[in-house]
Amino acid sequence: MEKTWNNKAWFLVLPVLVLVAFSAVIPLMTVVNYSVQDTFGNNVFFWAGTEWFEELLSSSRFWEAMVRNLIFSFIILAIEVPLGIFIALNMPKKGWGVPVCLVLMALPLLIPWNVVGTIWQVFGRNDIGLLGYYINALGIDYNYVQDPFDAWVTIIIMDVWHWTSLVVLLCYAGLVSIPDAFYQAAKIDGASRWAVFRYIQLPKMQRVLLIAVLLRFMDSFMIYTEPFVVTGGGPGNSTTFLSIDLVKTALGQFDLGPAAAMSLVYFLIILLLSWVFYTVMTNYDAER
Amino acid sequence: MARIDVNHVRHSYLPNPRTDADFALREVHHTFEDGGAYALLGPSGCGKTTLLNIISGLLHPSHGQLLFNGRDVTKLSTQERNIAQVFQFPVIYDTMTVYDNLAFPLRNRGVPEADVDRKVRETLEMIDLASWAKKKARGLTADQKQKISLGRGLVRSDVNAILFDEPLTVIDPHMKWVLRSQLKQLHRRFGYTMVYVTHDQTEALTFADQVVVMYDGGIVQIGTPAELFERPRHTFVGYFIGSPGMNVMPVAIDGKTATLGSQRIELPGAPKAGSGAIELGIRPEYVRLGRDGMAVSISKVEDVGRHKVVRAKLEGRDIAAVIGEDETVPAEPKVRFDPAGINIYADSWRVEMGA
Repeated sequence: MEKTWNNKAWFLVLPVLVLVAFSAVIPLMTVVNYSVQDTFGNNVFFWAGTEWFEELLSSSRFWEAMVRNLIFSFIILAIEVPLGIFIALNMPKKGWGVPVCLVLMALPLLIPWNVVGTIWQVFGRNDIGLLGYYINALGIDYNYVQDPFDAWVTIIIMDVWHWTSLVVLLCYAGLVSIPDAFYQAAKIDGASRWAVFRYIQLPKMQRVLLIAVLLRFMDSFMIYTEPFVVTGGGPGNSTTFLSIDLVKTALGQFDLGPAAAMSLVYFLIILLLSWVFYTVMTNYDAER
Repeated sequence: MARIDVNHVRHSYLPNPRTDADFALREVHHTFEDGGAYALLGPSGCGKTTLLNIISGLLHPSHGQLLFNGRDVTKLSTQERNIAQVFQFPVIYDTMTVYDNLAFPLRNRGVPEADVDRKVRETLEMIDLASWAKKKARGLTADQKQKISLGRGLVRSDVNAILFDEPLTVIDPHMKWVLRSQLKQLHRRFGYTMVYVTHDQTEALTFADQVVVMYDGGIVQIGTPAELFERPRHTFVGYFIGSPGMNVMPVAIDGKTATLGSQRIELPGAPKAGSGAIELGIRPEYVRLGRDGMAVSISKVEDVGRHKVVRAKLEGRDIAAVIGEDETVPAEPKVRFDPAGINIYADSWRVEMGA
């Protein structure tokens, strides 16, 4: 059959193109514009070429923040994914427990991010915070304002508290879609609890798990609000992630050129990693 | 292999069943003989799958007892009962190969790998998937997946019984026939005790030596296909088995004569006294259409291939008759009932007729 070509159809997508242009493409281009220029104020710009990029890529401050980001993402994935699966497996599948659990799980997700930060900022304080006060009362020296290790523990626990629910809910959705017949067949086949998990539950959760990992990776790699509210990037630079560093450069020091170069590099890193994830996921599906 | 005794088993899905209506299985008391091929036949919701799951141990009955070879297994788990069961929809382990799928039940039981290999290859031959052994099970068609499910049921030779829960629903008609004959052959060769749940009468009648007809949570009749056809114990069996089902009409009985409206029908014998509503049942195959007998008005003639089904009205009631492909309907049609095909029912249950 011959296909009908009609270019008028492009008019139908025009509104979207215009919207995307204004919301994404044009701002991005301004950033590109800034990244290759220098200014001393008064809206006077000078051509700077790749100077900012060279400076950025050779600065240890940038690489240190990047390494912190990677370590942070790795740790929270290593905790949230297994923990999320574990909780999802133990959630009730029917009865009054289902809505109760779902609401409890959804609660942390509904709280605005800066509020989450404030909650933990207060919660962890060793003078008035419940958590900080009692940990110190137990004889453990805990002070996230001064000790980098304590600061890391605090923001990791906070992130786990905030986001494990997302993994739980996604896994749970995968689990409830498994028909009863699979569990019955497994019983008939004499499968152990582990075999049921390995050969029935895990394969059914695989797809949602990949999405969960992708989402959690991107979000944690771009994390800003919560650690900023809790530690402000400190003590020292110990919790200064790329995003926090970026905001310090752009708004704190008002270095538009270096900040623009940094945003672009940051953007490209996330784009690259997302593309890698996406390719791995789609290839994985195609194999089947 | 085992003889399975189902002793006064009742089951309810409700926590506190009160009346009979609360029971999905009102009461079943029956023995499945060792090596028998049984079909559980009945409409949806009659309790046949419930009974099957009770035998396999996926459900524990509210009341009653289950014996395998005389040993009480009521409280044992599915694993301990050593039963194979095949479900209505294919259950396969996606991430495994076809071979590993079949090996799974054996490996779980710690069977030595050499035996696993032998059994799996044998079973693969049987279900005609030998060339697919190394493939991932995920990419297969519904037919092939269901064959794997069947294979997993057949791969263990030491099971007490093999249960089938409408296993051929998703299979296309030609393949259905092939698989059914293979199951039948397997049964003859290895003498498994097999219980086969279905709502398809053809499937039940061709597969089983003994058909157990269930209705509304209980067993209404157990018999050979011929018995179910000739002497349905309950009007439900009459309706449910045969196509079209049995004609059932209310009559009044006086000795060896039944009265239907203004018509009088001679019976082969005098029915023993039965209480309640009396009905006469006759299969369409025994209704003779001709020039003498009771006058009917024809409403429709359906040509179904090998024969014709005549729909008519007799004394204002619908009646069906089966006539040969070449027979024609006479101008002033009349029907006679062949006495050999007449059954009398009191309150829906069949009553014996004396000489």
